[in-house]
Amino acid sequence: MRSIDLARSVRMKALELCFTKKASHIGGAFSIADVLAVLYSEVMKIDCDKPSNINRDRLFYSKGHACTALYAVLDEVGFFKDLNLMEEFTSNGSFFTSHVNHRLPGVELSTGSLGHALGVSCGVAVAAKRQNREYQVYTIVSDGELDEGSNWEAILFASHHKLDNLTLVVDYNKIQSFGRVEDILQLEPLVDKFEAFGWDCLEVDGHDHHAISKALIHRGKVRVKPTVLIAHTIKGKGVSFMENNLLWHYKSPSEEEYVAAKAELEARL
Amino acid sequence: MRTAFIEELCELAATDKKVFLLCGDLGFSVLEVFADRFPDRFMNVGISEQNMIQVASGLALEGYNVFVYSIGNFPTLRCMEQIRYDVCYHNLNVTIVAVGAGYAYGPLGVSHHTTEDIAMMRSIPNMLVAAPGDPWEAKLITRYFVQNPGPGYMRVNKAGELAVHSTCGLGAIEPGSLLPIKEGVGTAVVSTGAILDLIVSQLDAKGLRYGVFSCPFISRLDSDGLMGVLKRYNQVITVEEHQLSGGFGSFFLEEINRLHVAGLIDEFPLVRRVGIPDIFQGFAGTQDFLREKAGIRI
Ligand SMILES: Cc1ncc(C[n+]2csc(CCOP(=O)(O)OP(=O)(O)O)c2C)c(N)n1
Ligand SMILES: [Mg+2]
Repeated sequence: MRSIDLARSVRMKALELCFTKKASHIGGAFSIADVLAVLYSEVMKIDCDKPSNINRDRLFYSKGHACTALYAVLDEVGFFKDLNLMEEFTSNGSFFTSHVNHRLPGVELSTGSLGHALGVSCGVAVAAKRQNREYQVYTIVSDGELDEGSNWEAILFASHHKLDNLTLVVDYNKIQSFGRVEDILQLEPLVDKFEAFGWDCLEVDGHDHHAISKALIHRGKVRVKPTVLIAHTIKGKGVSFMENNLLWHYKSPSEEEYVAAKAELEARL
Repeated sequence: MRTAFIEELCELAATDKKVFLLCGDLGFSVLEVFADRFPDRFMNVGISEQNMIQVASGLALEGYNVFVYSIGNFPTLRCMEQIRYDVCYHNLNVTIVAVGAGYAYGPLGVSHHTTEDIAMMRSIPNMLVAAPGDPWEAKLITRYFVQNPGPGYMRVNKAGELAVHSTCGLGAIEPGSLLPIKEGVGTAVVSTGAILDLIVSQLDAKGLRYGVFSCPFISRLDSDGLMGVLKRYNQVITVEEHQLSGGFGSFFLEEINRLHVAGLIDEFPLVRRVGIPDIFQGFAGTQDFLREKAGIRI
């Protein structure tokens, strides 16, 4: 599937899930939908029929609250063939919890407590090197999440140990739980920080598929550093009234909002 | 309960100018009443709970009466050493308030199931642990923490809980008290936290005439109160929305054992502990569903 089509399906499905199951965090799901679509359609070497293949590329999705986007993309690319995401999401007894759950195929790590996945990814990247494996490790963190000190310990570690098989994507949507990132805890100058910590740092428009894919695929072949892609994104991207609006960190759409949002997503074809 | 907490905190902060509130980028549509009224005594430290506890400690060292607000495991388990060393060893005036006790955030998954916090917090010297049984208890415990110095931890459910106590009956709550809810015969049910309401209705539904007590503090149990209960009842059932290891039932057993060893009670009563049998429930579910699955029932 083309990444553009995949991204649209992911947004549709995330919207549907948030509406029918009264779930939150649609804003953070929409901001990362394009990056996920590019990763799963063009970049990662994975086989949905062999989710534990030892040589698969790994994705660690640290912003576990925005689970609808990850579940949607895994569903679209075939990991949940034996499950019914739309039915089971958040239902009693289902592994589709509303924070990402490793008990589902294709999910590497349960997340939901922010600031865990990057450190774990470092361990996985070290293991690849020690065991001479070729797989790549991709990790997605959110911007507010970078408040957590655990991330900065991992950022130090990754460059010290030259983890060039690790690529971090920051979903820089500029909004966290209580307001704007710059008002709560400033991350800028973020590029300078990563560079000073010894990372290769690329900045892209996180909704421009061509740019994302170019950055992820065509980055320098000879690397001795971990790579970070700072993806400038819009929280709620794709539905005008959800964009850049803190409320959509929490709200689930009403019937009216659902219909309007769906129409907007369809019109963007 | 979180509403009871923030309303009481606002009321007391109006006169106690030392009350300071920190949050870790949480509490949207809850904490604004405080933040708007006392902006110079409020701070969102960001999504960095360990630093939040450290900052709280610094504020407390300089005389503030600090309250820290977050969800579930984030301000507790995430920060164990900051709590043990900075807050508790220095015996600082820091009270941690965590919403989402037990399975209150059931569908969110294991990251949000707060089921080991009592065990962890109560093992640290100087820490006073509380789990209010209803909004009224939450209000009075908040008042206690504002008015009494030292480290504290209060785990609250969420919002909209029913009142179990009739409001007129309770003026203040002291640590260690056993609050009578219902008189009964033979068996005393002693419950901590928001599971109280469910337990009372289960007993009613089954027509069981057990005595019921709420024990909102899981520290410093009052020996006289406990001996009084053990005189009237020969069996005890402890109830908690928390794992059995190290939790409220363990605490209660230890206290009974202490009395027994000291020769203060003649007979060791039969104690049945109701709680989570030390498992992760990795699936989604409503609070009621997960409580039932864990076997939290009379
Ligand atoms: C350790 C921890 N602290 C707090 C939270 C509560 N929380 C969930 S989402 C969120 C804000 C997320 O903002 P951001 O990281 O920017 O994510 P995004 O904008 O992509 O949704 C917070 C504070 C959490 N899940 N984990
Ligand atoms: Mg953000």
